[in-house]
Amino acid sequence: MAVIQVQRRALTLVERTYFPQLMGAMFTTLKHLLGPADTMEYPEQRPAIPAGYRGVPTLVKDPNGREKCVSCQLCEFVCPPKAIRITPGSVPEGAGIDQVEKAPQAFDIDMLRCIYCGLCEEVCPEEAIFLQNQYSMSGYSRSEMVNHKDRLYELGGTFPDRHFKWDVKKAAEARGGGHD
Amino acid sequence: MIDFFFGLPVPVQALLKGIAVIGVIFPIAAACSMAERKVCAWIQSRSGPNRALPPIFAWIPGAGILQRLGVWQLMADGGKFVFKEEPLPDHVNKLYYTLAPVVAMVPAFTTVTVVPFGAYLGPGGRVIPLALANVDIGILAVFAVASLGVYSLILAGWASNSKYPFLGGVRASAQLISYELSMVLAVLPVFLWVNEPGTAGTLSLARVVEFQSRPGFWGGAWFLLTMPVSALVFAVALFAETNRQPFDMPESEADLVGGFHTEYGAFKWSLFFVAEYANMIVGSAVFALLFLGGWNLFPGISLARLLGGLHHLTGWALWLHPLVAGLASIAILLGKVLATIFVFMWIRWTVPRFRYDQVMRLGWQKLLPLSIANLIAYTIGIALLQR
Amino acid sequence: MDLITVNIDGRDVAVPKGTNMIEAARLLGIDVPHYCYHPKLTVAGNCRMCLVEMGTLAADPATKAPVMDPATGKQRVNWVPRPAIACATSAQPGLHIRTTTPMVRDCREGVMEFLLINHPLDCPICDQAGECKLQEQSTGYGRGYSRYVEHKNVKPKRTQLGPRVTLDDERCILCSRCVRFCKEIVKDDVLGFADRGSYSTLTCYPGRRLENDYSLNTVDICPVGALTSTDFRFKMRVWFLKQTNGIDTGSSVGANTVVWSREGAVYRVTPRRNDAVNDTWMADSGRILYKEVRAHGRLGTIRVNGAESALEFAVRAAAGILAKGGAAVVGSGRSSVEEQFLSRKLCDALGARASLVSRVGKGDGLLVSADRNPNVRGALVTGLVAALPSATLESLGAQIDSGQVTAVVSIGEDLAAAGLSAAQLARVSIVYLGTHANATSAAARVVIPTLTLFEKSGTLVNQQFRIQKFAKAVPGVAGATDDLLALARLTAAVGGPVLAEDVGPLWTQIAAEVPALGAVSFARIPDTGLLLDGTPWAGLPFAEGPTLHFVPAAPAPKEARP
Repeated sequence: MAVIQVQRRALTLVERTYFPQLMGAMFTTLKHLLGPADTMEYPEQRPAIPAGYRGVPTLVKDPNGREKCVSCQLCEFVCPPKAIRITPGSVPEGAGIDQVEKAPQAFDIDMLRCIYCGLCEEVCPEEAIFLQNQYSMSGYSRSEMVNHKDRLYELGGTFPDRHFKWDVKKAAEARGGGHD
Repeated sequence: MIDFFFGLPVPVQALLKGIAVIGVIFPIAAACSMAERKVCAWIQSRSGPNRALPPIFAWIPGAGILQRLGVWQLMADGGKFVFKEEPLPDHVNKLYYTLAPVVAMVPAFTTVTVVPFGAYLGPGGRVIPLALANVDIGILAVFAVASLGVYSLILAGWASNSKYPFLGGVRASAQLISYELSMVLAVLPVFLWVNEPGTAGTLSLARVVEFQSRPGFWGGAWFLLTMPVSALVFAVALFAETNRQPFDMPESEADLVGGFHTEYGAFKWSLFFVAEYANMIVGSAVFALLFLGGWNLFPGISLARLLGGLHHLTGWALWLHPLVAGLASIAILLGKVLATIFVFMWIRWTVPRFRYDQVMRLGWQKLLPLSIANLIAYTIGIALLQR
Repeated sequence: MDLITVNIDGRDVAVPKGTNMIEAARLLGIDVPHYCYHPKLTVAGNCRMCLVEMGTLAADPATKAPVMDPATGKQRVNWVPRPAIACATSAQPGLHIRTTTPMVRDCREGVMEFLLINHPLDCPICDQAGECKLQEQSTGYGRGYSRYVEHKNVKPKRTQLGPRVTLDDERCILCSRCVRFCKEIVKDDVLGFADRGSYSTLTCYPGRRLENDYSLNTVDICPVGALTSTDFRFKMRVWFLKQTNGIDTGSSVGANTVVWSREGAVYRVTPRRNDAVNDTWMADSGRILYKEVRAHGRLGTIRVNGAESALEFAVRAAAGILAKGGAAVVGSGRSSVEEQFLSRKLCDALGARASLVSRVGKGDGLLVSADRNPNVRGALVTGLVAALPSATLESLGAQIDSGQVTAVVSIGEDLAAAGLSAAQLARVSIVYLGTHANATSAAARVVIPTLTLFEKSGTLVNQQFRIQKFAKAVPGVAGATDDLLALARLTAAVGGPVLAEDVGPLWTQIAAEVPALGAVSFARIPDTGLLLDGTPWAGLPFAEGPTLHFVPAAPAPKEARP
């Protein structure tokens, strides 16, 4: 490992009096003193959320209002702080989405554990979980900080879907097979 | 009214004066602490405290502006200091621990009394200084009493029975001794010049202002212009004496947690800071009186001439009323003091803290020789000038 | 044994003649991917996944003289130009196999692509995900995207083949393992393929259902998610489950099992391969036993005279009851060897006689034997009893009636179910150590809740006198006391010796005192069990008839296969 010795330039007499630097520094601070504040007055003013921001994880529905999560539990598996807890279950009979078969009975995300890493969103094979724009979570008790399934769908809303893979499957089932 | 005051027994007079000092210096010191926070915030491109507004005052017009300026925050802080629990750690020396903040207050408030804060035109246009105790030894009294302030720091550091406060106290004592010397030596040329041959010798601050009020350039020029080196050394030493950054070795948060006041909290802690700001105010006032022409608005033009000129221009007899002159002088001096305090804060949030060895080297190896050379040069110069 | 040498990927390995090449490769640690092949079933050879390159040593056709390769100086190998399936290729002298050539790789990729053409790829909702062979081989030989532009097949989904098995035909790759299992192992030939080509569908024979007691083995051997367990369906992903070795306690066969649990809850039980006991199978009846862990009526409070108490007081109260004399102990053929040993020490300390309750049913000749107690031989080995138990406790009842017995310690046995009347129960003071509430626990003066076999470690001795270990899969429920702890404390409280309360230390005492187990230590019992010498008990009329890998030594009572 080469060590590069840098020779420091000798200070001139004026520099050694410390005053030019002091004056320059005071001029800089004066500019800031007279300039506008860089900070934001938070509750009234809100920052613009950039695209791709990783906020509170939420569950989303597809444009037809179907819950996209099929409780495959990959997010539960990948979650580094083990914030996600899923109880899998079956799709209720007669909901019109029998082809999906599986849906979460319970889906809890403990926001006291969540580290907003976004791995759940990345791993989701159904594009059902998204870290959206909400960044502020507060509550008076630990249990309040656990987002249950209803809350997650309320936060998540509806997302556009490019595939509608289960609808395609349903259509194929209705058509009665691939041999057409 | 003044006659009535002077008619009162002396102890009552003294009591009233004392109350006046506390009543004036306390709020100003408190306001300074808020000003410090705001200046700090603005320099750092922040807003600073601007949230507190008691709902019962919200209806007052202008309360919002005070809110933006943090005035209500200041009151909340003050209230907090008064009402919060007074911690008294187990391991401290209880008597001296409690005594230290009081000891800090005494010199801070005592020096105020000998500093003239204005002047009024007496009979025949004579300028009579306004001071609680216009003593003849003026500057000497200030130095003598102000240097007692270090005892509170040493006491606090020692009584806390804890490492960091102790280090803070030790640093304070060494630092104050180092810089006091330069400070006094820097001021001496001023009094050499003021005490011209043939006049009665005095160390009065009012006399210095009077000297700066004389007509003509050499007569009325502020000492800042004629003695810039003295002014510089005095200013630097003043920073060190008041423990202001970049010289705040005794409380340097980075290496000493809180320095001498680490173990203090609540009201006792706030007393240290009132004392610090009171010291700043007194120091700034002395600086303004010695080097910034006191209550003269412009160099070369004394307050009396300014008022006379205004009377001449407008023709209003009001300008010559003693009360107007008194208020104007107080306002001008207060303006200078506040400007100086602002520079104190400005420098604090600009310059990083020195290392302790740098502080010592600056004091002993730079400022002291400089002030001695300055003294010798001016002694010769004044001797030649006033021969 | 007749060993011959074959060469796989350039390495020689000696295998018995007739070994198929998948097994031979496995000996060398070489994995030949396969779907339809199963070591315990006949070879079907229909998945084509195990294609390998095969070659034989070259010999002159006329002289049969070896043809040498001048370059290497060895006998030349004639490689067959087309690939062969490894599962149906049995070892013969000089056989050469290559499993890593580009052609083999091409074959596997081609087969994978065909298998995935109609596969629905619904892994997110498929219970097999995580233990699916298609998933595993896709990572090695999958394309990553599909070239298939036509519509995929639609086949019946969510079909209930029987009470315990759900079939998803779209996922089926037609390997026929389940068909062969039903036909060859269970001899209940209900499954088969209907239709041809891509219409081929696994289905049940019309009017029949897959409801034999081994139906869930089809789920285990299904390489994909076509056959799934209705009980386990959508319960938990397998990658969360912790696997613990267990023993099926349904009968004295002692099938080896794996208990799958997560966070203190058991989710399923599957068979563990043990070629000397159960091959790779187990009965469905043994798979639902885990439900007793969380069953209704599970005891969770120590009680003395109906009031809540603590172990220390319960043991003291029990000792007080037993100290009056006239005590009897009812041990259990369901307890582990360790518990039976402690039960014997308790009997010795009390000077009491131990009785056992036998549970004899009908064996099915496969993996459910006639003796439904898993550990009667453990009681014999540890000396808790000397003779085989009877189905009811008639002699104990008689002793109660005559007043000879005034106190009974029941270790997990329901005395009412074992033939004692309510009046008889009322005449004696009962100390009950058990897992679930029943008539005995209701009548007992002292109740100490204990652990099920899923919550503790220990050993069982099966019908072959094979001592087998099981391990604690989940922690005990709140309030339950370890059986060993309770028994050891109770023995000490009634004046017996101080005994170890943990399995490990207890085994040094067992090995020292039980002659048949003198050479055994708990840590050194292999996972497949250790065969003990059963000759001292060879004359006893055991109830078991022949089952898989077991032929009764003595002529057993007549028993017909169902």
